[in-house]
Amino acid sequence: MTTIDLGLPGLAGVPTFEGAQTAKDYKTDQEVRWCPGCGDYAVLAAVQSFLPELGLRRENIVFISGIGCSSRFPYYMNTYGMHSIHGRAPAIATGLATSRGDLSVWVVTGDGDALSIGGNHLIHALRRNVNLKILLFNNRIYGLTKGQYSPTSEEGKVTKSTPMGSLDHPFNPVSLALGAEASFVGRALDSDRKQLTEVLRAAAEHRGSALVEIYQNCPIFNDGAFDVLKDAGERTDRIIPLRHGEPIRFGAEGQHGVVRDPKTGALRVAEVAAVGEQALVVHDVTLDDPSYAFALSRLSGSELDHTPIGVFRSVSRPAYDDLARAQVAAAKDKPADLSSLLRGKDTWTVLD
Amino acid sequence: MSIDVGRGTRHTEVHKMDRVVIRFAGDSGDGMQLTGDRFTSEAAAFGNDLATLPNFPAEIRAPQGTLPGVSSFQLHFADYDILTPGDRPDVLVVMNPAALKSNITDLPPGGTLIVNTDEFTKRNLTRVGYATNPLEDGSLASYQVHSVAMATLTRKALEPSGLSKKDAERAKNMFALGLLSWMYHRPTEGTERYLREKFAKLPAIAEANVLAFRTGWNYGETTESFAVTYEVAPAKLAAGTYRQITGNTALAYGIVAAGQCSKLPVFLGTYPITPASDILHELAKHKNFGVTTFQAEDEIAGIGAALGASFGGALGVTSTSGPGIALKSETIGLAVMTEMPLLVLDIQRGGPSTGLPTKTEQADLLQAMFGRNGEAPVAIVAPRSPADCFDMALEATRIALTYRTPVLLLSDGYIANGSEPWLVPEVENLPDLSVRFATEPNATDGSGAFWPYLRDPETLARPWALPGTPGLEHRIGGLEKAENTGSISYDPDNHDRMVRLRQAKVNGIAVADAEVDDPSGAARVLVLGWGSSFGPIGAACRRVRRLGMDIAHVHLRNLNPFPKNLGALLANYDKVVVPEMNMGQLALLLRAKYLVDAASYTKVAGLPFKAEELQDVFAAFVKGLDS
Ligand code: SF4
Repeated sequence: MTTIDLGLPGLAGVPTFEGAQTAKDYKTDQEVRWCPGCGDYAVLAAVQSFLPELGLRRENIVFISGIGCSSRFPYYMNTYGMHSIHGRAPAIATGLATSRGDLSVWVVTGDGDALSIGGNHLIHALRRNVNLKILLFNNRIYGLTKGQYSPTSEEGKVTKSTPMGSLDHPFNPVSLALGAEASFVGRALDSDRKQLTEVLRAAAEHRGSALVEIYQNCPIFNDGAFDVLKDAGERTDRIIPLRHGEPIRFGAEGQHGVVRDPKTGALRVAEVAAVGEQALVVHDVTLDDPSYAFALSRLSGSELDHTPIGVFRSVSRPAYDDLARAQVAAAKDKPADLSSLLRGKDTWTVLD
Repeated sequence: MSIDVGRGTRHTEVHKMDRVVIRFAGDSGDGMQLTGDRFTSEAAAFGNDLATLPNFPAEIRAPQGTLPGVSSFQLHFADYDILTPGDRPDVLVVMNPAALKSNITDLPPGGTLIVNTDEFTKRNLTRVGYATNPLEDGSLASYQVHSVAMATLTRKALEPSGLSKKDAERAKNMFALGLLSWMYHRPTEGTERYLREKFAKLPAIAEANVLAFRTGWNYGETTESFAVTYEVAPAKLAAGTYRQITGNTALAYGIVAAGQCSKLPVFLGTYPITPASDILHELAKHKNFGVTTFQAEDEIAGIGAALGASFGGALGVTSTSGPGIALKSETIGLAVMTEMPLLVLDIQRGGPSTGLPTKTEQADLLQAMFGRNGEAPVAIVAPRSPADCFDMALEATRIALTYRTPVLLLSDGYIANGSEPWLVPEVENLPDLSVRFATEPNATDGSGAFWPYLRDPETLARPWALPGTPGLEHRIGGLEKAENTGSISYDPDNHDRMVRLRQAKVNGIAVADAEVDDPSGAARVLVLGWGSSFGPIGAACRRVRRLGMDIAHVHLRNLNPFPKNLGALLANYDKVVVPEMNMGQLALLLRAKYLVDAASYTKVAGLPFKAEELQDVFAAFVKGLDS
């Protein structure tokens, strides 16, 4: 069985495992050291339980992380792994993924790691569309350095480093990734195992870069940042579940929907009763033009009032590492004769 | 049209010479680098020994006709083995007033000056501060001046070609090359073939350049102004097949060869920077050897990707110059901590900061040695000449793969762009650099686990287990690791042990003993150098010996660790002199390690040492001991 037989063309080249695997196979003997209640636990458990289902050889999976709380992730995964340098994981992973087509390479990063110190590497990995699955744990705070505001913290955030409130306008990671023309962008919540697993699986199956923003609670320094998306009373009016091919609607009775503003082309939330079902936008992850997915990402800002969750975009575009390996393979049609390379065209001979 | 290019019938006096230094100087747009390159190839094809010194501005096109826009190429060729591109030209070819002004002081009295008079207009003269025309005011009386209207002659010769005046005049550098080729009895076929290949898509331009080249040749042949031609016989070098090579090309070839010798795919992760970019350009051409080149978004990503590729079992390489090393430091530190093989090629240039991008300097030694946080030892090697870059690429690879360590290779702008003949090695004589990857669990406690930090007792290298190997799944990273098991460890004693182990591993790298060049065996003064100053130091030592004095020369190619015999060697001499193109960085290391009272001679002018200047310095030390 190959990944193609398994219906996973996005994982072409990665060898499969014939036997059964369980979550336990993916756990290491290292003691997990996140704070009690940290959202990272839920993501770790989701990844450990969903990976066996992919049926890949465990030794062909690599997790590479930067620095930050979430970046401890590789130590807890019984795969190959590297806990690297602050912000640099996408760069290191790019080299690994490009030189080894038989690996499934995952990057684990956080909002500070990916969007602050490593912003440059992130956008370039996405632009190149390297076969990397990038899990961006967004807790909107710096945890490991004990609670400074991050590039996704809401404006006016009071932290140790901003006692009078932060001044910076935050990034919307999904918008940023789409701006970099990421071929796959999704968003999930740490607390919703089922939905998280769905997005992770879709990311794993995608050929090219996949960025998954995971809203992750940091109970120590930014507790409850995403509570409005978890609260039974508020959740349904705020979360917009994205399902490919279906009209975008939400609310306990499906009473809200997303429609296009004919004047600006932007998307907005409307009451289905007022606009009619026909007016609802039908979600399509395959649109080549990223402006639709971008418009979706603009429905929510820091205030989380209307927050789309799921896959925003999943389009097919050649992956950098595939192209790079293809160039090397094509070049190999030319014989690799070291002796004639070293001699070159103009030599002269000195006799004894 | 057929023009007879051959030694004609006109009688010229032929002087036999053992060596000549020629400098071509003109505007950056005049094609002086190409002209110099071609003359070099002609000298190489003829079998001379040679050394070159290109010198060009950092601006791609500095304003035309200005002093900052002057570009020059100096070439030294000889019938014996020479070590440097020469201190001063015997022949200076200048294409405009700016080139004359900025180069004339280097031409010794009696030297030959060949001038393209067409550019000596009032406007151009004023522009560079000449109040009167130096060709007419007698200020050049001490030189043998040949005034030639190169642009006009070229344009006239090309009139039938139908080329525009501007295009025709652009070929004047080939006129100059033709004239010089005639003067020095150079073979011409190579240049004509080269021009036809270079302009294969523009046959009219190709033929115009060939015609300009022949016109220059025939000008020498038919006009009476050149009464003398010169012959420099082929050099009696060691038997074998030679080619001409620059340091950057040799380095790129060395990396290709290292991949072949180690049977590893090569992965170059890099970012364009002067003067290292040519390594990327060259390697990008050789993908058929299993070479992947990745032009990253920045210096940091370049080395990061190379380290990622190393993790996957490739020969990871990154190339840069000093400013890039500053950015790569954190990843070099990670490679030290994760103990993975990695080649870091630093083509040094003038610093600090952006400094002098196109000029040479040796001022990154201490950065290479110490430029990281924590105790982070790395191996350091330095090629001593353009051709030596090939050998040192293999040496750096040997160290990196055997000891699982980053290796810094310190070349510089002088040898990167300079060229010399290279005795092409036989491929079967290249070293076997093949690697044994880990395949089995190795824990010594019977657990059946894999311990990524269990060391080879001899080399102290840790196992290299590639992703895809079942049963050896492991995690590495920048946090301190427990000895053997590689788990994260904050234990104080473990950290102390690991710091010492990493240092001991680098200290224990086996390197060749330093060799002493002291023909008489009676020297009391030792000159110790490293890197690209090999040529000028060697040439200066020869001159000092010709003056009847004894002097020894040792040139270090391994800078960390030093050769094991170095301490004993230093103790053998009454005086140790260390010339460097920095403020005394090697001298500082020697003093610290060997408690030797080394004298530092330093110059940081962006140009290589002159043999003449070093000769005086060395002679003074020898005489100082005698008095
Ligand atoms: S500080 Fe916050 S993010 Fe970090 S481990 Fe603790 S709870 Fe998790």
